[in-house]
Order: sequence, then C-alpha cells, then structure tokens
Amino acid sequence: MEVTESSILGLIPLCPLLGSLLAFVIGRSQKDLAGWIATLACVITFGLVVSTVFSLSEGEILAFNAFTWFEVGSFDVDFALRFDQLTAVMCLVITGVGSLIHLYSTAYMHDDQGRHRFFCYLNLFMFSMLLLVLGANMLVLFVGWEGVGLCSYLLIGFWYNNLAYASAGRKAFVVNRIGDAGFLFGIFLLYRQFDTVDFIELSTAIASNPELTALYTLVAFCLFIGATGKSAQIPLFVWLPDAMAGPTPVSALIHAATMVTAGVYMMARMNFLFVLAPYTQAIIAVIAVLTAFVAAATALTQNDIKKVLAYSTVSQLGFMFMAAAAGVYWVAVFHLVTHAFFKACLFLGAGSVIHGCHHEQDMRKMGGLLKYMPVTAVTYGISTLAIAGIYPLAGYFSKHAILAALGTTVNPYLELSLNVLMTFASLTAFMTAFYMTRSFAMTFLGDYRGHAHPHESPWQMTMPLVVLASLALFAGIWLVTTLPEYLAPVVGHAGSHHQESIIEGLVHSWVGILGVLVGLLLYTKLLSVPAALFKALRPLSQLSLNKFYFDEIYDFLIVRFLGRISQFLFKTVDQNMIDGAVNGTAALVEVSGEVARSTQSGQVRHYALYMFVATLAVLFFFVFGGKIGG
Amino acid sequence: MVPVSYYLTLSAIMFTVGVVGVVVRRNSIVVFMCIELMLNAVNLSFVALSHYLGNLNGQIAVFFVMVVAAAEAAVGLAIIISMFRAMKSVETSNADQLNG
Repeated sequence: MEVTESSILGLIPLCPLLGSLLAFVIGRSQKDLAGWIATLACVITFGLVVSTVFSLSEGEILAFNAFTWFEVGSFDVDFALRFDQLTAVMCLVITGVGSLIHLYSTAYMHDDQGRHRFFCYLNLFMFSMLLLVLGANMLVLFVGWEGVGLCSYLLIGFWYNNLAYASAGRKAFVVNRIGDAGFLFGIFLLYRQFDTVDFIELSTAIASNPELTALYTLVAFCLFIGATGKSAQIPLFVWLPDAMAGPTPVSALIHAATMVTAGVYMMARMNFLFVLAPYTQAIIAVIAVLTAFVAAATALTQNDIKKVLAYSTVSQLGFMFMAAAAGVYWVAVFHLVTHAFFKACLFLGAGSVIHGCHHEQDMRKMGGLLKYMPVTAVTYGISTLAIAGIYPLAGYFSKHAILAALGTTVNPYLELSLNVLMTFASLTAFMTAFYMTRSFAMTFLGDYRGHAHPHESPWQMTMPLVVLASLALFAGIWLVTTLPEYLAPVVGHAGSHHQESIIEGLVHSWVGILGVLVGLLLYTKLLSVPAALFKALRPLSQLSLNKFYFDEIYDFLIVRFLGRISQFLFKTVDQNMIDGAVNGTAALVEVSGEVARSTQSGQVRHYALYMFVATLAVLFFFVFGGKIGG
Repeated sequence: MVPVSYYLTLSAIMFTVGVVGVVVRRNSIVVFMCIELMLNAVNLSFVALSHYLGNLNGQIAVFFVMVVAAAEAAVGLAIIISMFRAMKSVETSNADQLNG
C-alpha cells in the first residue's frame, strides 16, 4: 500500500469546525442563518469526501500530518490523519447522512430560540466524528472519541432548562466516561508494549509478535469496554434510551447513524489485534447477542416511539458487534452503513410524526397517520421492512450476512455455545421485525386516537426521508457485492457473499416476514390480543416494560454508593476540611493581625516601654552574648 | 570615703524611678520631670566615676548632658503647649489618634 501526502485531507474536518464557529457567531444575531451555514459546511465536506474517494487509486492511502503533537523520549505522536477505504466508507456515511440531517434540522428547529447553539454543536459533532475516523493513531481517534461524547452531552441536554433532559445528558456523559477509562487503559497497555500508538506501526508490530496472547486479550477487552460505553452494549447501554430527551435530529445523527457506530469502527480499525484475542472475541459475541436480545425484548412493550427506536438501535448495534466478534468486519461495517440509512430514516420519520402531531410521542395517541402524512408513512414503512430484514432491502443483506458470519465462526471458545447464540440471534431478528411493525401499525394504520391536527412536514424534512428510504431500498444490493473487496485491504478477506435468486432471498428472510405478518395481524385486526398477551405474560411483560430494571439495579448497587461517597467528600472533606483549612488560615492571619495590632495603641507610654525593654535586651545581648555563644 | 558603688546604686535607683515614671504617668509634664530625673541620674553617675577615676572627662560629659537637657526641656515644653492648645489637656492617653 502506498501512502501519499495530501493536504486536502486537513480540510475535511476543518470545514465543520469553521461551520460550527460561524454558525454560532453569525447565528447569534441572525438565527435563521445558523442552520444554512451549518448545512452548507456539511455539504461542502461531503463534496470534499466524495472527490477524495474518487481520487483514491487502487491501494492508495492518503495521509496528512497537521503538526507534531508531542515528543517524550522515544515516544512521539503526530496529530496525523489517514484516509483509507474503511475511513472512506465511514466519512461518506457521516457527511452524507449528516448533511441530510442538517437540512432536516433547519425545518425541525425553525422556531427554537437556541437554534444557533444547536447548529454550532451539530457541526462540532461532525468535526469530532470525522477526527475519530480520520485519525492515524489511537490518540487522535481518542480526541474525536471524547469530542463526540462531549457533543452528545451538549445536544442531549440541549433544552437544559428541563432538569430531566439535563440529567439525561449528564448520565450519557458519565456512563461514556466509564467506558473511556477502559479504552485509555487499553491504549496505555499498547504503548507500554510497543512504544507507539500509530495504527500502521501497531499492525506491523502486533503481526510480528503473535505470541503475546494474554496481553492482546486484555487490551482487546479494555478497548471493548470503551466500545460498550460509546456503542451502548451491556453493561453501559443505559444512557441511550435516556438520550431520547434530545431533539430528534440529534437522536437520528448521533444515536443511530454515527456516534454509536464509533465502537464498531474502532474494532474494525484494530482488527489486527482482535484476531489474536479469540477469548475476547468470544466474550464480545456473547455480550452482543445478549444485548441484542434484551434490547429487542424491551422494545416490544415501549409506548414512546423514540424509545422503541432507541432500544432498536441498541439491538442493531449488538448485531454489528456479533459480526465484528466473528471476525468478519466487512459485514459489521455493511450493517453499520445500512443501519445508518434505515435508522436515520426511522428517527427522522418519528421526528416528522412528532412535529406533525404537535410534540406527541406516545404511540397510543397516534394512529391512522398514513392519510395525513403519506410521505412520512411510506418512508417509515420502507425502513421498517429494511430493518426487519426482508429481501431485497438493505437490512436483509446485512442481517443475513451477520447471521451467516456468526454461524460459521471458528472460535474455539464458542464451539459449545454457538447454537444457543444463533437461536437467540434469530429470535432477536423475529422480535425486531415484530416490534418495528408494531410501531408502524400503531402510528400510521387504523384510526387516529389523538387530539391534535396532524399534517405532513415541509420539504426540508420529507426530502431527506425520501433519500434515506431510497438508500435503504437499493443500497443493500449494490453494497453487498462491492463492499467486501473494497474493504479487504483494511480488514482482510474473511467471509464472502454468494449470489442468490429472488426466491432464495425471500425464503431466507422468512424470520423477518413472519415478524411483520404477526405484527400487522396483532395491531390492525386482532387489536385486543396485545393487551391480553401483556396480561397473560405478566412477569415477563412487566420486566420488558421496565427495561429489565437495569437502571434500578445500577442505582441500588452503584449509584447510591457513589452518591454517599460524593456526599461524604463534599460535606466532610471539601466543606469541612479543605474549606476549613483555607478559611482557617485566613482566620488565623486575621487573629494574629488583631493581636499584632494591639501593640499599636497610639499611647506614647506603651511605645516608651517597648523601647526600654528592647534596649535592655540589646544590653543583655552585649554583656552576656559572648557567654551564650561559648 | 564613700565607696563609688553607693553613688552608682543611687544613680541606678534614680534612673529606674525615672523610667517607671515615664512609662506609668499620664501627665506629660510629670513625664518630662521623670526624663529630667533620668538625665540627672546619669549626671550623678558621670561625676561619681570621674572623681573615682581622677579623670575630668566625666565632668565634661555632664556639661553636654545639661546642655541637651536644657534644649530638650525648651522644645518639649513647646510641644506640650501646642498639645494643650489642640486637645485642651496634657494627658498622654488622649493623644492616641495614631493607633492601629
């Protein structure tokens, strides 16, 4: 592979950064311009990415060194960017879907007082995410990693006057941070062993030292902990459902298409490490399947449309990690891309519904919106079929490939449990189809149960929906043939795709078709059945509705304990001891000052006395001084 | 003859009385009297030692001390008079405006 220097690379993350600054500075006074500046910056970046991708010849990698970051002994780190095929795919998704969402937001946020802030943060997020995928070494990746976490916090708690929303933002940041601690630890271990954090240098170093399995297992596990935080896997996924407190475009961009996929990207980027740590891969596979299953089970009973989509995202991320754990990274990235398309479309559709129903999010108060919002309904329906994995939509190919990859994995640690995992994965696929159809039926079919006057959304909102739905419709067929070879230089040749006919494809999507049919049946015709089922499966359905009590368990085991420590540190250590010491020192100075002050009485007699005493002392010193010394 | 130590003791006692008077008494005129007492105690000491050592230097020093005492008395009384004009009193405890 040849590495070419290219300074245009530096422009790619720079555009959104400038856009962020301009959107805020100009947007403060001209609120409506903020959205257009930000969208323009995004579109320009997309154009740059596209032209860079096309100028990339076979096997060429572009590199750009912004500046030497630091040099400590023999360890020097440059703030360097690198553009290879994996980065190309990620950048296209980020900037493409990002531009559409920016356009959507200009309409969605058109009457919000803080929209200049919104677009500033949104562009800042684009900058951070691009840094993440363009980073040539782990530290630049980590800068982007932290940056997206920060922007996520800022955007989730965008309506900060609402305490619940602000708390959701804080929760996201704190949980993310825990993952980041693990991630950093992994970076430290790698540095300690190889004295570098550059990806190319690490891959050659690790490839020439395949025997350090214990180290690689530990490092891979630490990096995966970071991924669980960022990509919402068990145990650190609890922030994602709460993150729905943010505006819907934020949910679409950050918590569906881009930020949450950072963990998957990281694993694909570090594939040369994970391949040498089969034990960790086995753990990842188990956690991924478990996460996918639990999240899907929770989504079955949720009534808030955004919560359904949030749990769906967690579940689909589990699928991506299943493929990554099986070592077939092109499949994970493939699902990443298709998921970005249909999940963003679903979220934007949900936003359109919320907007059209005047901020109603409860699906029980929706229904029959097909005739009021046809474009939204059709695009949402297409994306539902895609996520259900029905041939020939995009979701079918990626999900099918994931299940195939998981089923044929040769990990020695997974031999015994593989059948169990596959069963749960297939069950999850069925549940996915079911709950998504449920949300579609409850929202768009039947009769309208609410009190508002629903209407279709403006073109800035419907056009992105149409574009994304078309991608969900057609991108799958195209990508499944081109992606494996395109990504092979970066992630290897594992897994392949075999052509299948339409009949074969439809047969293979039987799980999805079954889920859709059952969903349609229960939520259009047999309307009394869902409630009856809910009551019949009482303990299980309550478990699902209360999201398996994850938050409550964490609260009991960890949060309360930490709260008490914090109270102790706050009251006893900070207020009493530290403030006491500081204030005490001041008080001491004040008191000693008062004492010293009392000698300045203004009374001449006292001064005369002091002079006399001092003279005596001097006299004594002269008379007896020699004796004291000797 | 009277031993020198008697004179020196008397001088010391007079000096101490003078010092105590300066420190303790509040009336500034009395303070001045005590200052004069201190000066005279020193004079006595000078003269006694001059006689004891048979050296006239001590007695010359007495002249100096007297000159200084006279000048100082003149200036000091001028200060007391202006103090009285300002505060209508010669109590030193009233002149405490420079306190901290």
